Amino acid sequence: MSDRILLAKFGHEDDLLASTIELRSKGYKIVDAFTPYAVHGLDRALGLKPSRLTWVCFVCGMIGALGMLYFEYWVGAISWPLDVGGKPWNSLPSNVPVAFETAVLLAGFGSVIALLGVSKLYFGKQPQPLFERVTDDRFVLVLDEADARFDPAQVEVILRPFNLLELEERVVAGGVRQ
Amino acid sequence: MVEVRQQRKPKPSPVRVREAWENLRPTLITGDKQPADVTRDICAPLDRRPTALWWWAFLVAFTALVVGATAVTYQIAVGIGTWGLNRTVGWAFDITNFVFWVGIGHAGTLISAVLFLFRQKWRTSVNRSAEAMTLFAVVCAGLFPVIHMGRPWLAFWMAPYPNTRGPLWVNFKSPLLWDVFAISTYLLISAVFWYVGLIPDLATIRDRSQSVWRRRLAGIFSLGWNGSAKTWHRYETVYLLLAGLATPLVFSVHTIVSMDFATAVIPGWHTTIFPPYFVAGAIFSGLAMVLTLMIIARKVMRLEDYITVRHVEAMCKLMLSMGCIVGLAYGTEFFIAAYSGNSYEQFLFINRALGPFRWAYWTMVSCNVLIPQLLWLRAVRRNIILVFLISIVVNIGMWFERFVIIVTSLHRDFLPSSWASYQPTIIEVATLLGSFGLFFSCFLLFCRFIPVIAMAEVKGVLRAPHHPQEQDALQGDAA
Repeated sequence: MSDRILLAKFGHEDDLLASTIELRSKGYKIVDAFTPYAVHGLDRALGLKPSRLTWVCFVCGMIGALGMLYFEYWVGAISWPLDVGGKPWNSLPSNVPVAFETAVLLAGFGSVIALLGVSKLYFGKQPQPLFERVTDDRFVLVLDEADARFDPAQVEVILRPFNLLELEERVVAGGVRQ
Repeated sequence: MVEVRQQRKPKPSPVRVREAWENLRPTLITGDKQPADVTRDICAPLDRRPTALWWWAFLVAFTALVVGATAVTYQIAVGIGTWGLNRTVGWAFDITNFVFWVGIGHAGTLISAVLFLFRQKWRTSVNRSAEAMTLFAVVCAGLFPVIHMGRPWLAFWMAPYPNTRGPLWVNFKSPLLWDVFAISTYLLISAVFWYVGLIPDLATIRDRSQSVWRRRLAGIFSLGWNGSAKTWHRYETVYLLLAGLATPLVFSVHTIVSMDFATAVIPGWHTTIFPPYFVAGAIFSGLAMVLTLMIIARKVMRLEDYITVRHVEAMCKLMLSMGCIVGLAYGTEFFIAAYSGNSYEQFLFINRALGPFRWAYWTMVSCNVLIPQLLWLRAVRRNIILVFLISIVVNIGMWFERFVIIVTSLHRDFLPSSWASYQPTIIEVATLLGSFGLFFSCFLLFCRFIPVIAMAEVKGVLRAPHHPQEQDALQGDAA
């Protein structure tokens, strides 16, 4: 990735979405898009793969459920066998509720912690990069100017029909990382 | 040939399609809002100084909280003899309040998780405050069993940890312990769900707030959010996962609460319909509380464009359906008592309706079943004042439901010689008052410091006027 990026700013989600599809079909490399809310269909337009966080959720949930089931078995049948209403020491039905709650707890926390980890979000982090009004009402598309043939004028011609508000070239040391 | 020609309809003009679409899916947010308007409107109350009304409301709520805290201190210092309980009625006010508050909490998760999975876009206007309400209600609920223990400083005994008493483990076969896990999981997951939903809005506050302190605090808690599409993509995945986890969780929580009762052999408790009956009742009471709070908030904070009559109407319909399930459960209990041929069960229900606590029973029936039937009328659902009054009535009725279930089932048990009555003491009433104080103090602080409407979600359901409606129709309802 080069240090030179081109910012295309829009005022409406549909313009951003259409421009993304148009630019990608013409072979331009889009680094990222910045939007005030989750624009539906943008992940597909940008060609983002389905997130693997679902697997984290599944694995954490399984650890919670199976771990707790084992712990309940160990407590009820091995460490301190207690006769409760004549139930067997290892009564599976009465072990299910707590195992379920633990599964939900670990799955929920696991997915959120994984999200923060993968997206590198942490307390007190300075937003980098942060474009103007992007948490309010602006939609920004970031193009990589890696290619020697890259011509901002040409991009402007392509994007003008999509109510382009502004085109801005920037030099960011190290490029836009995510 | 002539018939065929008559059947052929003219092609609908785009304008007509638009009208039909507008009738099918009316605009959720009125007043032709653009994203920038949403930011400005929702953040405005945070930047303004609190009004005199807010201060008065906070003063009243905080006073109630102080009264409650004093009562709790007193009963812990003196002992549980300060309550009106006796050897027959061993559960009464504290557990009633516990079940009442847990129930209130259920609507928040219903709105934020269940309606999210059902793609109900109207939830975006109310989910933030409903989730906050859930959090505060579950905190209030969690306090009561701890107070009820009588020795709250030993509350940590409920956790399974290696100890020097054996180790003596907690009893995993007891529904009361399931409850400990259910309520604490519910509190933690609700808190995480709420916070995750809040991150993009905190970033908005960070980027626009005038106050240095607010900017700095929002900066810390917004985790460096910059609206990147890649992050949004993952965020949406996790939000969906959390909704998928919270949905069975919310049903499990009140199911487990109902098992505290249903696994006992007390007539009136020992029934298999308790789990669905309790869950429906919980959502019913929760929606009533959401309506009570939202109707006040939309007026006081001038959010009429965001929480419209349509939102109120949708919640009324949900509340009505839950109320009908609750009514059906009341009827089923009587039917099963008659049909079972069990004389204890039959006596219990006759005693409930005609015995010394009949006033409580009939208050419950009229508040929960009879009065909410008014919501079948569209005119009532669209009348904000009537809806507000009905929501208060339902809140009262649902408190009495728990009181009826607990006290009437216990006060006349199998042995007539041990029959007793129950009257709450002033300490117990003050504790209930204190829980309301805690709830409203927290809610008022929330309204003051956190955007009450999820801006990043509402912006996604705005429909810009210049945007052709047909395109939305073609794209489908990809909310």
